[in-house]
Amino acid sequence: MTADAAQVLRARRPRARSRAARVRVALLGVLGVLAVAAAWELYKALGPDDGVVVAGTRVLPRTTDLAMPHTWEMVARLLEPTTSQAGAAPLWLTVAQAALVSLAIAGVGWVVGTLVGVGLGLLMQVWRVAEHGLLPWIVLSQTVPLIAFAPVVRSWGARIEIAGWQWPPWLSVAVIASYLAFFPVAIGTLKGLQSPQHTHLELMHSYGASRWQTLRSVRLPAAVPYLLPALRLGAASAVIGTVVAEVSTGYLDGIGRQLVAFAGQASGDPAKAWAPIFGAIALGLVAAGLVGLAGVALRTYRRGEAS
Amino acid sequence: MSETINGDGVAVAANGVGKTFDTRSGEVQALTGVDLRVAAGEFVSLIGPSGCGKSTLMRLLADLDSPSEGTIEVFGKTPAQARRDQDYGIAFQQAGLLPWRTVAANIGLPLELHGTDRAARAARVAELAELVGLSDFADRYPDQLSGGMQQRVAIARSLAEQPRLLLMDEPFGALDEMTRERMQAELSRIVGESGAAVVFVTHSIPEAVFLSDRVVVMSPRPGRITGVVDIGIGRDVPRDESLRETTAFFAKVTEVREALHGTPVTASGREGR
Ligand SMILES: Nc1ncnc2c1ncn2[C@@H]1O[C@H](COP(=O)(O)OP(=O)(O)O)[C@@H](O)[C@H]1O
Ligand SMILES: [Mg+2]
Repeated sequence: MTADAAQVLRARRPRARSRAARVRVALLGVLGVLAVAAAWELYKALGPDDGVVVAGTRVLPRTTDLAMPHTWEMVARLLEPTTSQAGAAPLWLTVAQAALVSLAIAGVGWVVGTLVGVGLGLLMQVWRVAEHGLLPWIVLSQTVPLIAFAPVVRSWGARIEIAGWQWPPWLSVAVIASYLAFFPVAIGTLKGLQSPQHTHLELMHSYGASRWQTLRSVRLPAAVPYLLPALRLGAASAVIGTVVAEVSTGYLDGIGRQLVAFAGQASGDPAKAWAPIFGAIALGLVAAGLVGLAGVALRTYRRGEAS
Repeated sequence: MSETINGDGVAVAANGVGKTFDTRSGEVQALTGVDLRVAAGEFVSLIGPSGCGKSTLMRLLADLDSPSEGTIEVFGKTPAQARRDQDYGIAFQQAGLLPWRTVAANIGLPLELHGTDRAARAARVAELAELVGLSDFADRYPDQLSGGMQQRVAIARSLAEQPRLLLMDEPFGALDEMTRERMQAELSRIVGESGAAVVFVTHSIPEAVFLSDRVVVMSPRPGRITGVVDIGIGRDVPRDESLRETTAFFAKVTEVREALHGTPVTASGREGR
């Protein structure tokens, strides 16, 4: 058994990130943010007030305090009250509350989109005719501009009333988010379900395994490495969909509406307009991070990636 | 025919089997006129240059493909029926382990699919892991094992349901020479204990002689059987290192080599055409 033990030590190990590597990644992230801030300040200090205009088109922005507030002003503004009214909450809290509302809506949209996407992927794998019939429509669905159908969804939703239950406006936003989120999930699921090695499928055939058994024991586990990035993409799409849908359906409580509202106040309070932008970025990071946790939970199924 | 060595049952009977593939560049005749009989409990190796149709023949036996001509019977049934009855186990060059399953879960896969209850499965898996010397590695994943250990897992898995026939296509092809010789001795012992018939594909003449009761020599273009060498080293002779040093062993290696290279064979040569 000692020979075997030696072989095991020599054999490939799954890539586990060491603690040092994780610290390095975190440091690189912080460095990246600092670099962007430094570039911002450098251009603001050196660039011409009126930006750079080439053939009548401004290719680099104005460097005035109105267009490009100092980074520290943006940060400081976050800590000040949202409005001049007495008792107003600090700006960061107002933004965080709106971002949380949007996160919840995006979450619902992501869950619905994931269910629909996985369902479509399964349908297309199990039933080959469906792949030829559905796939073109699924691709086509993503070419419809969001702005075009967002108001339609809202007005349909407004007409839905079942036994006293009224379709809430946020649900329209979630539906639109799911419309964007389902696409990568459907494609990723289909690709993943079709990804198993030929030898694995033949092995299942030799066992006389049923379709369902093959799906459960080989196709679904093999699909996980394809599904995880698809879910991450789906989460990003759900967030973008939520923000855009909030704006185009006129939903007031989320970060989307706040982006528009605060931008309108930019002439008097330029740093404030940037707060919801940071909020939207944080929202995307949190959404991606939550999906990343799913990847950790499913890491056993990602072993195939290493070999 | 003199193939039946021990037992009266016939594990494999192929009669006039041919296989033609339709490819974009025309038809490829992978096999023609193959007659092969493997007795129950017999160890038969197929040897021959690349492209002579060894894998194709194995796939036909395993019902992974169907012959263009001729008939195949496995224990008197069609290969499809034998597959449904789980009469055979397969182990091919790629171990084909599911990377997300532990060693134990990989070995137990066929049992799980066929509804063996949890307790019986655990007991059988422990027994098989012991048999292939991997008891200490039951909870490891395939990527934590060496190639030789992965191959042993695949062999344990092929034995899980005590098949009467093992189909092995170059199972040791990817192993280094030392591991390979050790695996040969282990396989010989395992098969001896299980009493299964084996059809074994290899490129290695010493490997074929070491393991087999009979070595079937094949030729390409078109793939066919060109000779059969009876090894005649009894099952009671232990397959260990000392066997490799005997004159009988060397004589058989030479005989197979001559059959392979087309020089007239004296013993039980038989044209497949
Ligand atoms: N699925 C296939 N389609 C077309 N040709 C094939 C296929 N499988 C095998 N062949 C051809 O059949 C011949 C025999 O192949 P194979 O059985 O793999 O040989 P071996 O295992 O002895 O090396 C080769 O010429 C090969 O190219
Ligand atoms: Mg081959």
